[in-house]
Formats: sequence, C-alpha cells, structure tokens
Amino acid sequence: MTVVGQGRSRRPARVVLRVFLTVMAVGWLFPVAWAVYNSLRDYDFTSTHGYFSFGGFTLDNYVEAWTRGNFGRTFYNSAVITIPSVVITLLLASCAAFVLARFSFKFNLLLLAVFTAANLLPQQALLVPLFRMFLNIEVPYWFSDSGTLYDTYYAVIAVNIAFQTGFCTFVLSNYMKTIPKEMTEAALVDGAGVVRQFWQVVLPLCRPALAALATLQITWVYNDFFWAVAFMRTGDKFPVTSSLQNLRGQFFTDYNLLSAGSVIVAIPTLVIFFVLQRHLRAGLTLGATKG
Amino acid sequence: MTRPERAVRRAPRSRHARLLTTTDKVVVVLMVTIPALVVVGLVWLPAIATVLLSFSDWNGIGDLGDINFIGGQNYVDLATNYPPFEPAMRHNLVWLVVFFFGPTLLGIFLAALLDRELRGSKIYQSIFFLPVVLSLALIGFIWQLIYSRDQGLLNTVLGTEVDWFGDPDINLWAVLVAAGWRHTGYIMLLYLAGLKAVDPALREAAAVDGAGEVRTFVQVIWPVMRPVNIIILVITVIESLRAFDIVWVINKGRNGLELISTLVTQNVIGEASRVGFGSALATIMIAISTVFIAIYLIQVMREQR
Repeated sequence: MTVVGQGRSRRPARVVLRVFLTVMAVGWLFPVAWAVYNSLRDYDFTSTHGYFSFGGFTLDNYVEAWTRGNFGRTFYNSAVITIPSVVITLLLASCAAFVLARFSFKFNLLLLAVFTAANLLPQQALLVPLFRMFLNIEVPYWFSDSGTLYDTYYAVIAVNIAFQTGFCTFVLSNYMKTIPKEMTEAALVDGAGVVRQFWQVVLPLCRPALAALATLQITWVYNDFFWAVAFMRTGDKFPVTSSLQNLRGQFFTDYNLLSAGSVIVAIPTLVIFFVLQRHLRAGLTLGATKG
Repeated sequence: MTRPERAVRRAPRSRHARLLTTTDKVVVVLMVTIPALVVVGLVWLPAIATVLLSFSDWNGIGDLGDINFIGGQNYVDLATNYPPFEPAMRHNLVWLVVFFFGPTLLGIFLAALLDRELRGSKIYQSIFFLPVVLSLALIGFIWQLIYSRDQGLLNTVLGTEVDWFGDPDINLWAVLVAAGWRHTGYIMLLYLAGLKAVDPALREAAAVDGAGEVRTFVQVIWPVMRPVNIIILVITVIESLRAFDIVWVINKGRNGLELISTLVTQNVIGEASRVGFGSALATIMIAISTVFIAIYLIQVMREQR
C-alpha cells in the first residue's frame, strides 16, 4: 500500500523533472542550432524575410566563408601550433610525472605543487616579461623572418607547452601512482634501466590517461586565442579564430556568412565532442577529482 | 595514513633507489629537471618578473639596466589616475558573483538531477556539456547572432532595438549569459564526477532513515562533497579572473566591458607600451589568484598524502 502511494506521489515530480530538463536542453542547444540553421541560408532571403523565417537554403555561405576567412591558411596555422604543443607537453609531463610518482625526494610535494599551480595562473600574469623577452631574443633570419622570437610559431608553442605541462604532470603522476610497483620492479629484476621501465612498462599502461589528456589538450590549444593575440603580429600566422574577425565587417556584418565561419571553426572541436567525448570528460575530471 | 604504514612504505623505496646505476640517476634527474626548467622558466620566473616590474617605470625601451624603480607609484596611479581601473575591478567582481550564483549553482543543480537512474541522463549530460568544447572567443561570435542590434534574434522576438553587446549598461550582463552558458556545463561535469565517487551506502542509509531527496542531498551528500566544492569554488574564481577572450573579440574590452585582463593586454601590447603600469595591473591578478591557488593546492595536496 505504502509503495503504491509513494509511486503515485513521485510521478508528478518525475514529470516536472523531465519537462525541466527537456526545456533546459533545448535552450542549451539553441545557440548552436541557430548558428547552423542560419549558416545554411541565403543572405538576400533572410534580409527580406527576416531571420525569423524558413527557406532560402544554400551552401554558398560556407564556400564564401572559407575563401574570405582564409581558412585554409588559418587551419594550417592552428595545426602547426597545436600538434607540436600537445606532443611535447605530453612528453615532458609524462617524464616529470614518472619521476614524481616513482621516486621519493624530500621536495616531491613541493615540485608537484610548482607544476600544478602553473596552469592556474592568469595568462596575463606572464604576458609582460614574455612579450619583452620574445621581442628581444634575436634569432637568425632563416629561423624567423622578424629576426626575433616575437611573431613566430615557436613563441606560441613554447608558452602553450609551459602553461599546460603542469596540469598534465599532475594528472599523469596521479595516474602512475595507481600502477602497482611490482610492474616496474619486475622489469628492474630483468635488468631494464629507467628509460626502458618508463618507455616499455609505464607509458603503455598510461594509455587511457594519455588519450584523455591528448584529447583535452588538443581542444584547449586549438581553442586558445590569447597567446596568439599576444605574440603574433603578422596576419597569415594567426590561428582559426582570427578568420572570424576577417568575416566581420567594419560597418556591416553578414551574419549568415559569420554563422558559416563559426560552424567551420567549431567543426574540429565538435568532431572531438561527438567521437571522443569519453576521453574529453575523463581528461577534465581526472584533474579535478581523483578517479 | 598512520605513521607505521608510512615507515613500512619508505623502506623498499630506498632500496629501489640504490639499485639505480649512474646512467639511470642522470636520466632520472634529467627527466624531472627539463620539464621543471620549462615550467619555472616560462611561467614562474615571468610571474615573479611581472611583480618586480610593477615597481618600475620601464616603458619597454632600452636595456634592463635602465629600469628605474619607483616604489608603489604605479599602484597609486592605478587607484587615482586611471579611469578604467575602477570599472574593471567592479566588472570582474560582478563576473565572479554572477558566475557563482548563476552558472556554478545551476551546474551543481543539474549534476544533482542527472546523477540518478533516469532515462536519457547521458544525452542530457552531453547536451549541457557541448558548449564546453567551444572556445570563449567562438562563443562571442555565436551569440552575436542572437544579440546583434539590427538582425539579432533577441530584438526580433522582443520587438526591441537594443544593442546587447554594445550598450555599456547591459553588455556585461549579455556577455555573462553567453559565458555562463559554457561555465554551467563545465561545473556540471566536475560535480557529476564527484557525485559518482560518493559511497552509495550513504544514500541508502539516508533513504532508510526516511530522508527525502532534497534532505539527503543537503545533509548527507553536500558535506561529503567538500573537496569537490572547494575545487569548484576555486575554478569559478580563477575563470572569472581570467575572463578575456569573449570580451576581446567583442570590443577589446572597452565601453562597459573593461576587465583587468583586457587592461593588462592593452597596456602591454598596445602602442602605449606602459610596461610598469601593465605589470602593476597583472600583479593584482597574481595576488588574487595566489590566494585561491593556495587553497586549491592545500586541498589537492591533502588528498595526495
């Protein structure tokens, strides 16, 4: 009797919950859906009928956005910045994490703190000295056509690596601590040196964590906008976000074109979202909570 | 962990260390010092240099030897002779308060709702998580389609002619809605992960005692979630302080959208190049974030031990 009564009183609550979540979810998807919808429509159609209408479908916006936004170039730039940044970050972080997780020094915890905290500083905190430093470090002209590190991919890559290594070290060292000591000790008995223990025993076992971090880092570095603004000057070196600025006119903006551009910029991260969401979520939560 | 256990754990470690050859020792040292040098050299030393430069009048020209140290003059100028400073501080504070009471609490609420047997829970989670993969700069562009004065959706629906991103009285709020759209999903995700780790026996015990869902959450779950709560608070503060991209793509942080981060950037990379002054602004950011980084580290390192 009581069970039935409970069920009856719970049902309206369930319905309210369902309705609330559905309304929220629809509202949440709306901005993206609106951008996609209008990116597929003709400017002349929407300017006569208003955006709050149906029809005028075309793919021309994408074609025009691609050429006017110079997306071929900016995607290349983003790749040139993102790929080395993520690879080197993960390499450095797994080295540091391996040592911090396997060996105990007096200053282990301090070192881990130094790594962990680095990622939490505001980027602007580092801007002044780094900006001046990159401007003043002279390099040969074959290395950089500005003659300094300023306005090069290297500057942006280096800062991305330094900024992200701390976070990855923290996550990876937590992960490596869960690997049983016996695994490396067995390798040690077989006469394996530190390098082989690291490369052939520990790293393969860290594959899930590395996959999660790689996914997360690709998204973060790809999305980064500040370091490029800070350390780049030449237009043809900027990453994809700057393409959107090219699409926005001084006095007049074609919002259909801008929508198409926004969708193009979002596509790589949306692919990650749909295909690798599991890794992405693992990467984000590994850092904040244990497990 | 109790003391005897620690002593036991330490013993095999030292034996482990003794088994290392000289080459191995060199490798181990290199493996930790190279990453440490990168992080210290490109993050910590610049941060310290920023603090030092904030006491100088350097304008970026000339050698480092030409720098004059002028004490706290930059800070005095900031407070008395720099009109955008007060609005920027206020906007950052508004950002924090709104983020905390809006997206952060909403994210926690959604996590609490979704952490249960519910058909389609994963789909809802994915939907709320979607904006997290978009950059804040991109979000600024996407929301322009909604906020634009002439063709934006909001004005069409409301029949108004408001320039949501341009009007200095409201643009901060419009930006906060767009930025909060992303922040909510981020907090929801972190909180969900925390809730998953809560021992189910606690819930069962509360249910046996006849506690309703709300009471169970407030009195049982919330207290055990303390570590996650602290981390989420810190993340909310840091994100509010770091806010930059979305405002920069809208109008480079002017006209109602001044933030400390945009003032630093304007002073350093703009034509004016007021290095000392920009450093003083950045030092304020460092000071605030240091407090919360310390809270974060204490929390995280406590879990490490």
